[in-house]
Amino acid sequence: MTIATIRHLAIRCAVAAFMASQISAVRCETVSVTIDNFTFAPAQLTVKVGSTVTWTNHDDIPHTVVSAGKFKSKTLDTDDSYSFTFATAGDYKYFCSLHPHMTGTIKVE
Amino acid sequence: MSDHDHHDGVSRRKMLECMTWAGTGVLWTVSGGVPRALGLVGEAQAAEPVGFSFLQISDSHVGFSKPANPNAIGTLEEAIGKIKAMPTKPSFMIHTGDITHLAKAAEFDDAERIISQAKLDVHYVPGEHDMIDEEIKLYRERYGRGTKGAGWYSFDANGVHFIGLVNVVDLKAGGLGNLGADQLEWLEDDLRGRSTSTPIVVFAHIPLWTVYPEWGWGTADGARALDYLKGFGSVTVLNGHIHQVMQKVEGNVTFHTARSTAFPQPAPGTAPSPGPMKVADDKLRSLLGTASIVFKPGQQRLAIIDTPLQS
Repeated sequence: MTIATIRHLAIRCAVAAFMASQISAVRCETVSVTIDNFTFAPAQLTVKVGSTVTWTNHDDIPHTVVSAGKFKSKTLDTDDSYSFTFATAGDYKYFCSLHPHMTGTIKVE
Repeated sequence: MSDHDHHDGVSRRKMLECMTWAGTGVLWTVSGGVPRALGLVGEAQAAEPVGFSFLQISDSHVGFSKPANPNAIGTLEEAIGKIKAMPTKPSFMIHTGDITHLAKAAEFDDAERIISQAKLDVHYVPGEHDMIDEEIKLYRERYGRGTKGAGWYSFDANGVHFIGLVNVVDLKAGGLGNLGADQLEWLEDDLRGRSTSTPIVVFAHIPLWTVYPEWGWGTADGARALDYLKGFGSVTVLNGHIHQVMQKVEGNVTFHTARSTAFPQPAPGTAPSPGPMKVADDKLRSLLGTASIVFKPGQQRLAIIDTPLQS
């Protein structure tokens, strides 16, 4: 085997590994929702089954992320985050239990 | 004008006119259902209140240290200092919630250490910030003794019936403050058989009237509580939560919200969110403060004096 062939194989391997990582990223993507000015953004979000959503609070006031019977964050102070991995398809409506006018939906498909 | 304004019979413009008083501190007196400002607080304080008085303090947010007020403990200490220096000692104090910012034990301890220096009995109701510890137990351990449900109760003082309500638990998605069926049932029982000439003071954290639903400033089932109070000749509803003075009178009911001792919040709809409002350092203390309430026997309305930390 020539050095050129080995290099060629190595490159092909690297490309395959890169593609594999892309596939796994699609399967288990991590998506962010921010909290600014008492608003979840984006308020409506569609993700694939297995994805993890991370909420981060940028307000000077604490918030929570609660979906009745599904998930419930601790109180998030400024710059605190909460993550939840969605293993099952469905529509997950959630809200801030301190400021219930703040609402959002994660659509998992 | 939005729907809720129609229901309340108070235009948004009128409400904002009310708001222009927020920075000054005004002694309100009311006759024939119309509130009348007697003068600035400096003048009002010069006159000795005749009758029984108590004090309202609210939203001390001990633990808050963000730009809107990096020293919320310091401004609470200033407020308590002013209470200690009042020429006429109030009979007691009510605290309308958000004692702490994050319901941490150390924050409750600091609040107690400072507020107790006023050497007055304090009747508390919780704000949503007081109920966010993991087990939701610290507020009730400290202040829940002798209360029902999530912490509601009533007591009598100088012929006035006081009712402390909790409208910050079990909030529903998309909704406002919430009293819940159990508490409403208790309230109906508490008022049953009581003489309608008894003056009633109701206090709770979130306004019982709809101030601004877009920011959650109201109580979803507050109207039911007010229904039970319809027959009474004198009803005063004292709230906090919105960190600014607002008042309206509707029939026999006077609604009033107190300033925070920690940080101001914007007038409804004037900012993207109800979050803490950063103002110039030399203006902050004019937007923080307490309220004292004077009851004169035989008068339908209680006089409410809002006092900023600095006028």
